[in-house]
Amino acid sequence: MDLSLIIMQLLSGIALGAVLVITALGLTIVFGMLGVVNFAHGALFMIGAYAGLYLASLTGSFWWGLLLAPILIGVFGMLIEFVLIRRLYGRSIDDPLLLTFGLSYILVEGVRIVFGSDGIPFPTPPQLVGVLDLGIGFFPRYRLFVIVLVAVVLLVLWLTLEKTRVGLIVRAGARDPTIMQVLGVDIGRVWLAIFGLGVGLAALGGVLAGPMRSVNPEMGSLVLAEAFVVTVIGGLGSIVGAVVAGLMVGISISMVALFAPEMATIVMFALMAVVLLIRPQGLFGVRGRTA
Amino acid sequence: MTLPSSGEAVAKPASSGLGWLLDQRVLLSIAVLALLPWLLPSKALAVNVLIYGVVVMGYNLLFGYTGLLSFGQAAFFGAGAYFTGIAIGRYGIPWFAAVPIAVLLSTCLAAAIGIVSTRTRGIYFSMVTLALAQLVYYVALQAASFTGGENGLRGFTVDRISLFGLQVNFLDPVNKYYVLMAFAALAMWFQSRILNSPFGAVIEAIRENEQRARACGYDVERSKLVVFMLSGAISSLGGCMLALHLSIVPLDILHYQTSGMIVMMVLLGGARSFFGPFVGAASFLILEDVISLWTPHWQIFVGAIFVLFVLFLPKGIWGTLLDALGVGKARR
Repeated sequence: MDLSLIIMQLLSGIALGAVLVITALGLTIVFGMLGVVNFAHGALFMIGAYAGLYLASLTGSFWWGLLLAPILIGVFGMLIEFVLIRRLYGRSIDDPLLLTFGLSYILVEGVRIVFGSDGIPFPTPPQLVGVLDLGIGFFPRYRLFVIVLVAVVLLVLWLTLEKTRVGLIVRAGARDPTIMQVLGVDIGRVWLAIFGLGVGLAALGGVLAGPMRSVNPEMGSLVLAEAFVVTVIGGLGSIVGAVVAGLMVGISISMVALFAPEMATIVMFALMAVVLLIRPQGLFGVRGRTA
Repeated sequence: MTLPSSGEAVAKPASSGLGWLLDQRVLLSIAVLALLPWLLPSKALAVNVLIYGVVVMGYNLLFGYTGLLSFGQAAFFGAGAYFTGIAIGRYGIPWFAAVPIAVLLSTCLAAAIGIVSTRTRGIYFSMVTLALAQLVYYVALQAASFTGGENGLRGFTVDRISLFGLQVNFLDPVNKYYVLMAFAALAMWFQSRILNSPFGAVIEAIRENEQRARACGYDVERSKLVVFMLSGAISSLGGCMLALHLSIVPLDILHYQTSGMIVMMVLLGGARSFFGPFVGAASFLILEDVISLWTPHWQIFVGAIFVLFVLFLPKGIWGTLLDALGVGKARR
């Protein structure tokens, strides 16, 4: 086992983790603002992958699919918030969770009706087919692209949250929605936008994961569990936590796959159990709200 | 553990007439279940209602009475089934010994998952139980030499059983139903005892106000762990029943969709009521039966109906009915 192989596997882990980061980020932002855990997040990830595939074949270009699918599904997410979830604010904290769980049933079965139950291959865009020579080994171009794109999206999100007026409203709204209303901010609109953003991020994760995994109606259920594990490790509601934990999980999965492939799916759960035993609120979580 | 000085859960109304009858919830439930095979269109459906009813009843202890929304109950349902099948098929243990062994081992699994998950609260708890149950799923998938992996566990058919020297043909659906009903009756008696005990009052106190329960001196963490284990034990008995009934254990039993189905059933029927889980299991299974007659995409309708229940009928069918009849909390 030489060092270059380990470094290549590390890069694979980062690519895998990058998709997890984007997906878990959507979950954690929505929770941080609205206090809602979206159980349909995995299903929306899956719908994002299908939308990307469909739009790519419609326009003949992967790039349109990558751009339009998250926007389209994000708008669909806003519709979900507006029609269904809005009714449940102020009720038991479990109710939105149960509602989105029922919704995931509808979405998965809906996709089965439209696209069938079998998996569909998601072709890698022609510009990104093949491998790149990194000097120490060959790495798939597409995975490198995923890492770069996720880094850019994270940077844009961070700048928006920290440096703009919109970001200021969002951060303040997460702290104290009532005060924001007193100050004349329509918090309902902020929540609508944030829910749309969270769902859009799930869809983006789905499109990005498409060429790396096969696209099928059940793909969301594993992703939901993965996103949960990442947000639990990182601390629910923490953006930094989602990034750190996502990369941590991605890297551990691919590292363990190198030494003991049959343990690869199990390792992230073990990681979560260990973190919970030591720090029940997650690595970057705030004590009191969730643990 | 001492009795709380006041509180609805222990305040029993005076027993008389109809009230006395309603207090016999275990006997009433058994009577209804005894008639079930003759009320439902098929015996197979009745057996499923019985099995899922027990599973959901165990889950109700956790979700309905303690207020802990777990999304991982499938782990114990599946564990009960797998342990029963492995004990009979691999080690040749007779069925009557396999069932208690399976329940015991499943309770140990519940203890392990409970130690990790009951450290968390609220939404975190739901996410952690889901993730840990998926861990159990993947372990069962990987340990194919024990569990049969993706193909499920096979090769442990129980075709006849002897009761006190009496040979019973277990392949006959009616015989099977009444043998399994004995397990269900035992589980209902056990659950009713838990709910009537001081411990039952403590878990309801935790649901109503965790901080106050803690301030009153109750060990909230330990109570949550104990109720998690009891709930897992009862649900795993449902798993044992399923293994005896089907003679195979499908891997899907451990999937989180199964946990979700259990959550749906308890909400359709009515959480926090003694008989609600059976009403929920029956409604879900009948719905599935009826809708799948004319479309394979029954899940889309079940999902929609569930969403409507969350929005407009959060107390479920049985809970709403009991409300309408004005049945007091202590009698549910």
